[in-house]
Amino acid sequence: MDKKMEKTSTAVSVPAPERDALNAPYWDGLARGILTFQRCNSCGHAWLPPRGDCPGCLSADCVWESAAGGAKLISWVVYHVAFHPAFANRLPYNVAVVELDEGPRLISNVVGVEDAETLKIDQRLQLVIEDEGVTAVARFAPA
Amino acid sequence: MRGKTVIAGIGNTVFGKLPGRSTLSMNVEAIRKALADAGIDKGLVDGLFVKFPTSKFEMMYGQKLAETIGIVPRIGGVWDQGGASNISMIGYAAMAIEAGQCDIALVCLADNPATGSRQAYEKAWGDDGVYGWFGTPAGYAMVARRHMGEFGTTSDQLGAIAVACRKHGAANPNAQLRKPLTLDQYRESRLIAAPLRRDDCCLVSDGGAAVIVMSAHRAKELGVAKPVPVLGFGQGQTSWEVALRADLTTTAATLSAQTAFRMAGLSPKDIDVAQIYDCFTIAALMTLESYGFCQKGEGGKFVEDGCIEIGGDLPINTAGGLLSETGMPGLQLVIEGVRQMRGDSVNQVKGARTCAVSNQGGIMHTHSTLILGH
Repeated sequence: MDKKMEKTSTAVSVPAPERDALNAPYWDGLARGILTFQRCNSCGHAWLPPRGDCPGCLSADCVWESAAGGAKLISWVVYHVAFHPAFANRLPYNVAVVELDEGPRLISNVVGVEDAETLKIDQRLQLVIEDEGVTAVARFAPA
Repeated sequence: MRGKTVIAGIGNTVFGKLPGRSTLSMNVEAIRKALADAGIDKGLVDGLFVKFPTSKFEMMYGQKLAETIGIVPRIGGVWDQGGASNISMIGYAAMAIEAGQCDIALVCLADNPATGSRQAYEKAWGDDGVYGWFGTPAGYAMVARRHMGEFGTTSDQLGAIAVACRKHGAANPNAQLRKPLTLDQYRESRLIAAPLRRDDCCLVSDGGAAVIVMSAHRAKELGVAKPVPVLGFGQGQTSWEVALRADLTTTAATLSAQTAFRMAGLSPKDIDVAQIYDCFTIAALMTLESYGFCQKGEGGKFVEDGCIEIGGDLPINTAGGLLSETGMPGLQLVIEGVRQMRGDSVNQVKGARTCAVSNQGGIMHTHSTLILGH
């Protein structure tokens, strides 16, 4: 899968995230090799993706923390049809919902697995940060 | 509220590809037919509730439609809960009538994703497009995979829903897809976003539909020929995006159904026929669980062996649903519910006196329930 991804990134780029003041620390963190998430200083709730206010207690007082890298697989799909040309020669590719040990959930890809149909829900995963060209991304491999 | 309001008229366009038709023009056709079906003049309509067309954003669309049909409603506008909007709007219309805010309401939608833009269903989910996270089918596939993992639900069980809907749609002359489907053909259907196959996904359709809501008393005054009483309605909102939803196999459809059943004074065992929103087979399966037609996790077993087909314990989607009649988001299910209660469906369930109808939007973000009586 990784080799295929290198090939496509030279042809059509995957859609780049829209950077703004709110999410810049997140993407900058990944570029430095760190997956970060936000935690509320008021109630302790932790979340992704970046928000201005805690969805738990609505406080605007939140800080960035680094994820340790441990996670579990909530669910995943395997695309057999490309909805964007950048993914056409990656088919079939997977997209997963992953839950960090710290609590936040995110959309990601599972790497280092021959056939994604052999994955199991709730199986342990480990963070692997990769360069996707337009940005660094947080992927996960079976632990 | 039980039985205080009725659906007095129904109307719809043909379904499928309608190139060159604007959503306004399709709305007008559906409204014209609904008015004729109720036997009332448009001048009596003073409430206009319109579902937002997904294929093109148009500001003040409700007012454009009012102008197009030449009425000046007292209340109305556009409502956006995706596919849940239609039944929600019927509920709001019923409450508005009860509260004296309007007398006769039109609830309608029209959309043209087949020949216009279907971008709404294929776009990237925000910045997660970088991971290849695109499109509505994959959102439902994510839910389906978790359901399979937690409860052992199988692809064949999802297929049983597609088989039932396609069987019912084959008998419906106005269905867009009238080709029946066998379970073997389902198994060979190409994967879109595994575990979902092409035949798990609803049609993409142009079309319009409209219903007329008024009080039972007003319907009697006006001599409406075939009013169908609204026994109950309800809503529920799961809200969170799929990636962030704490429990992927639990939705607010449960709350929506409980609210509607309580108003109707009925329970799931009292329902004779159901129209269950089947944008994707997994949505219908989980809605059957959420409504209490079976236990959570047992939807797969429930839909096997013809239980949801005509002649089974709970026939669903008797006009073909979104998988066969039209992929239009939802109001056609209400219209088929009305036909069942009038006794004139092409797949009439003999002696049916109650019908539950579900609508839902997004990736199960929104839900609404309608219970119709005889």
